[in-house]
Amino acid sequence: MEDPKRLAEFEARIARGETIEPKDWMPEKYRRQLVRMMSQHAHSELVGMLPEANWITRAPSLRRKMSLMAKVQDEAGHGLYIYCGTETLGVDRHDLTNQLLAGTAKYSSIFNYPTLTWADIGAVGWLVDGAAIVNQTMLAKASYGPYARAMVRICKEENFHKRQGFEIMSILSAGTPEQHAMAQDALDRWWWPSLMMFGPHDKDSPNSDELLRWGIKKKSNDELRQRFVNLTVGQAKAINLTIPDAGMKFNEATKNWEFSDINWDDFWRVVKGDGPCNRERLAARRSAHANGEWVRAAAEAHAQKHARKESAA
Amino acid sequence: MSSGTDNQGPLWEVFLQPPNGGAHEHAGSVHAPDAEMALQNARDVYARRSEAVSVWVVPSGAITASTPEDMGPFFEPGNDKPYRHPQFYKVPQGVRFS
Repeated sequence: MEDPKRLAEFEARIARGETIEPKDWMPEKYRRQLVRMMSQHAHSELVGMLPEANWITRAPSLRRKMSLMAKVQDEAGHGLYIYCGTETLGVDRHDLTNQLLAGTAKYSSIFNYPTLTWADIGAVGWLVDGAAIVNQTMLAKASYGPYARAMVRICKEENFHKRQGFEIMSILSAGTPEQHAMAQDALDRWWWPSLMMFGPHDKDSPNSDELLRWGIKKKSNDELRQRFVNLTVGQAKAINLTIPDAGMKFNEATKNWEFSDINWDDFWRVVKGDGPCNRERLAARRSAHANGEWVRAAAEAHAQKHARKESAA
Repeated sequence: MSSGTDNQGPLWEVFLQPPNGGAHEHAGSVHAPDAEMALQNARDVYARRSEAVSVWVVPSGAITASTPEDMGPFFEPGNDKPYRHPQFYKVPQGVRFS
């Protein structure tokens, strides 16, 4: 058990809105919750490169290809920002990498769905990055300094991701009937998984209370999900696409767009490893890591050779 | 499969100087086997959008930092000297200073 006096001091600091820094005292569970959440977030950035990298060679124009490459490169950078944040908590990145490769680490389930057509790249940027922005804007105020600062950096960069995706959807939707149908089909498939990105309902979310109490999260899963829905309804309307939820209606009193029940069976199936692409993503990640081995070995040999030369001189 | 060897290289802290003439500021960290590659990694990870005109990389272990436990006594010499701030001094009303 934690020393109640130190715990009370810690909680008072959180209540005053102070930032917790790496060398500050923190309850062991706070540290564990952060490592869990930040490493899952970092893994998600890395795995998130895979469904999009899949379309780099088939992007319909040079402009689209450049954007997509820059976006995928950003995702790698975002993963590294957050891994570097976990290292301030005494975790070795090497161990996290091995957990991901061994298949024992969790990452966002959204990346276990396939990107079947070019419109999916639009839908991913618009909806998946859009949902991530809602979540990360909240996390930029998290109580742990290194995590919050990584989020500030990420939020600055993510807006480009969302806008390039929305532009793809908007142009497809206004194109030929086939192109419009392709955009609608992508929205149909990505809508519900995007809503699930915010996690289980508050009442079914075992970590939420603690995360909120310690300021790691500032808003609940359901609040964030509602914010995302409210933002997205108008965007879909503007580009003449229909959100695949016939039961959706505007509540005048709350000013919220109310939506139908989410199919949580599907969510848990994908979380537990049985989504359409879980195995494929892990295989791709492992192969990328194995193919990079010679680069890491060569870099290490180069550094050692130069260190020897310097000490001999 | 999972790589048993740890060849990610040691950790380096990254400091960027923004183009507007500000001082170098801590941005995060990178792994790299030597200083030259640490600089290149720092550029790719933290300066993809003209954020910097200069980058420093420092081996993380080379940084000596004050500890939170000492924070009170360590900064105490500066905390009880309000006369070091301009607000400590009274100026007749109506005199324009800045």
